[in-house]
Amino acid sequence: PQDWEGRGIFGNSRNSRYFSGSLSCPRRDGFVSFHTSKYRLHYLETPSGLRLVLNTDLGVPSAREALQHIYSNLFVELVVKNPLCPPRAPVQSLLFRQRLDAFVRSLPYFGPRNP
Amino acid sequence: MAIFSVYVVNKAGGLIYQLDHYAPRADTEKTFSFPLDLVLRPHDERVVVAFGQRDGIRVGHAVLAINGAEVNGRFTADGKDVLEFLGNPANYPVSIRFGRHRLSSNEKLMLASMFHSLFAIGSQLSPEVGSSGIEMLETDTFKLHCFQTLTGIKFMVLADPRQTGIDALLRKIYEIYSDFALKNPFYSLEMPIR
Repeated sequence: PQDWEGRGIFGNSRNSRYFSGSLSCPRRDGFVSFHTSKYRLHYLETPSGLRLVLNTDLGVPSAREALQHIYSNLFVELVVKNPLCPPRAPVQSLLFRQRLDAFVRSLPYFGPRNP
Repeated sequence: MAIFSVYVVNKAGGLIYQLDHYAPRADTEKTFSFPLDLVLRPHDERVVVAFGQRDGIRVGHAVLAINGAEVNGRFTADGKDVLEFLGNPANYPVSIRFGRHRLSSNEKLMLASMFHSLFAIGSQLSPEVGSSGIEMLETDTFKLHCFQTLTGIKFMVLADPRQTGIDALLRKIYEIYSDFALKNPFYSLEMPIR
């Protein structure tokens, strides 16, 4: 179910970040990603405490620029600067969803890999 | 040193073996006058730099010693609270040593169990069916590789992000484990390895 997955990802990424932080002093980024045999989870935390998570297949080594673009150019422009979007509430903005969808589809690694 | 640590975790999530191989820590000792231009805050059982990174003292570094005497968690060697001591101008000038803290065995046990749960949740959150647990966790200073055997034992290696060949190393560690621990008649399964 949608909600459980969201909470699972939230808890897991928060604990991964704490775990990484305990094992060493973060230089700049802290916890960046982890992968299993089937997928890779990419993580970006902004200084304001917002966390972005992207799941891809194993062929994608780094999605940092994509996450940074989603934050700076989509989230900040369309949600933060939108007077009708209350801060820290679930995002309802249709424009944000559409632009995010279009951006993700435009990523070079979006489509299934050719066998 | 490219390999920083090795951890072996049993089926229940308990740490049964641990080896650390850090390079010598880069500690920084400096003399300060009042007021301190670093912001310190308590974190777990330590006093940690929160703001004011400079000269080799980084955010996240812990207070290791004051005036040459090693601190004991949040208290100085003679039992005074570190933050109180450093807030009192009468104690200045003071020489403080900062550096990366060494994890205590309790902290390592706790982190091993924490990773055990992260590993399990990682496999459940998979968008595709049949995922294994976390095989590699990456940060900007290290990569943690994990190999889970068919019996549920996890071998974890913390290494430099650029280090290659860790998969082979994990399998070799598994081989050594089965040769020396499992074939030892005095070793009980899932117990700490001596």
